[in-house]
Amino acid sequence: MALHPINHVWEQGRAYALLGPSGCGKTTLLNIISGLIFPSQGRVLFDGKDVTQLPTEQRNIAQVFQFPVIYDTMTVGENLAFPLKNRRMERAAIKARVAEIADLLDLTNDLSRRARALTVEAKQKVSLGRGLVRADVAAMLFDEPLTVIDPALKWHLRSKLKAVHRALDLLMIYVTHDQVEALTFADEVVVMKDGRVLQVASPAQLFERPEHTFVGYFIGSPGMNLIAAKVSDHVAHVSGHDIELGARYPKIKNGDAVIGFRPDFASLAPEGGIPVQVRRIEDLGRRRLARVALGPHEIFANVPEGVSIGGGTAGLSIQQDRLFVYVDDELVLGDRR
Amino acid sequence: MSISLENVTVVTMGESIVTDVSLTVERGSINVLLGPTLAGKTTLMRLMAGLDRPTGGRILVDGKDATGVPVRERSVAMVYQQFMNYPSLTVYENIASPLRVARLKGDEIDRRVRRAAGVLGLEPLLGRLPHQLSGGQQQRTAIARAIVKNADLVLFDEPLANLDYKLREELREELPSILREAGSILVYATTEPLEALLLGGLTATLSQGRLVQFGPTPRVYHAPSSIDSARVFSDPPLNEITVIKQDGSLRLGQDLVVPAVGVTAAISDGVYRVGFRGDLARIGMAWPASISLSGRVALAEISGSETFVHVETGLGTFVCVERGVSMRQPGQPVVLHVDADRAFVFDDTGSPVVIAPSA
Repeated sequence: MALHPINHVWEQGRAYALLGPSGCGKTTLLNIISGLIFPSQGRVLFDGKDVTQLPTEQRNIAQVFQFPVIYDTMTVGENLAFPLKNRRMERAAIKARVAEIADLLDLTNDLSRRARALTVEAKQKVSLGRGLVRADVAAMLFDEPLTVIDPALKWHLRSKLKAVHRALDLLMIYVTHDQVEALTFADEVVVMKDGRVLQVASPAQLFERPEHTFVGYFIGSPGMNLIAAKVSDHVAHVSGHDIELGARYPKIKNGDAVIGFRPDFASLAPEGGIPVQVRRIEDLGRRRLARVALGPHEIFANVPEGVSIGGGTAGLSIQQDRLFVYVDDELVLGDRR
Repeated sequence: MSISLENVTVVTMGESIVTDVSLTVERGSINVLLGPTLAGKTTLMRLMAGLDRPTGGRILVDGKDATGVPVRERSVAMVYQQFMNYPSLTVYENIASPLRVARLKGDEIDRRVRRAAGVLGLEPLLGRLPHQLSGGQQQRTAIARAIVKNADLVLFDEPLANLDYKLREELREELPSILREAGSILVYATTEPLEALLLGGLTATLSQGRLVQFGPTPRVYHAPSSIDSARVFSDPPLNEITVIKQDGSLRLGQDLVVPAVGVTAAISDGVYRVGFRGDLARIGMAWPASISLSGRVALAEISGSETFVHVETGLGTFVCVERGVSMRQPGQPVVLHVDADRAFVFDDTGSPVVIAPSA
């Protein structure tokens, strides 16, 4: 099964991202919304109207793909005007709308240039503009639109997308495997794996309180540290060490659980805390990251500014309010009294 | 063994692709070519491999002129952005293929294939065909094939670019130790600053076909030799302000004058470009020596471990990197403090202004 049953309401004016690894079903879901694929079961409703069997062209959807889809031999202006000419809109109205969209995307100075001569980034903006130019667009769908764009230009295009979103009050849905793109783009992120939705939440919630171990692992660079542990009440036992959980978990069967904490909320000091073996310390430019071992478990932790760590043993401290317990991959809430 | 490019220039159809590049890469070293698309990374690698001839300059192998010596007479392996494996061969045979071409004995082939597969975590997959593998596994196979024959030169042309974000992250973590084992001259092209930092070794920053800086990776990052090098090695992009130093003050833009503190205290009067990465700008709390700008939040992008806050000021929009999740609302008025002790100062030619170390 490519996609398990999903119920979700996509609201006007919000930006969503579908995030997950290859084969998780995110593109299938996008194609169901756009009408490229018909679902085996269930319905797709736009403003309450059943569009499940309608083809893409009758759904008023605009799409931007991984590679720019434009007419190379036309100018930028002609490209933007094309969808409107097809709909037999009046010349003056076309001109006004094209000018408006070009202004929004910083393409005004390029309007008379041939599309062929543009950079990939500018071409991708033209693709976006062709989608936006129609006034009746119900939703704008993006399928990995920044894949072929250089890192420095991604910054520019990302802010442009946000500006467009604010200016036009559109529903936008963005498919990607790239957590940075998903989190920076969306108000709400749908994390998917193996055709299932694991969590739908704001970027902040996904980072701060992942409800599933996969979400913890997939979001964040590196992802959450996930360690098998025996939990008895308020303590987790890991390789002969006791880790205070800051909450009570009396009902876990046999105490079999996984504890999870982000590298960002664990820090390393020369001593104190849980004794760990230092494997490697990486200078990532604006932060230092340590890879340490606790028994057979590998853990990533922050090295705070000004702290110097030699080899050998060091002390790991974990922020208690950022330490979570999972059973069968699902978050279990403790009693914090 | 070493390969040197000596004043190498490549002109194609009247256009300069590479201009006057001199660079020496040595056995046992990881050399990162860092730069945006069209910076000349692939062209330089093709020259080193002997696939192309330079328009001008020489290529020396161990000091001997090897300009124009074709690739099959050199010992070279390459990994590309696209996953390239023989579709009808198993993972085992894919990795073994260069050894079979070299007519090694069966047991020696087996020993080497298993070792390379072990390093790359491919042992359970040796019997599979490429189409039965994930993208990450296919690229691991290609990397294993490249390192198995102990070639003198192994070239990686953005090998992780087509992988999922998470797979890229995992392979990035493992690559440095895998590559250190190889003992070849390793040259690795990437557009991503973080990848260069993780690989370590040496980094060459490239911009528009020119070599800007070459040296140990952390040094190139922390002490750029020019504004171009700092630009290439910054993500988010380098923030820049033009300042005029006069009588102990800095004039910023039309009407803002602030005290010249930190590194700007010691520079002589004149026009400079101050460059600062996103982590040297913070909102709210001043640094021991700050250049402070008032502005408004234009956009706050939460990426997980960090939040990128775009702050609009009278001097332009700057990106500030805050740790963790930071809830900043667009339109919110803020004061942005730039760390004046650690900012880079460049003169009008883009060279860094050297500050005498305080004894």
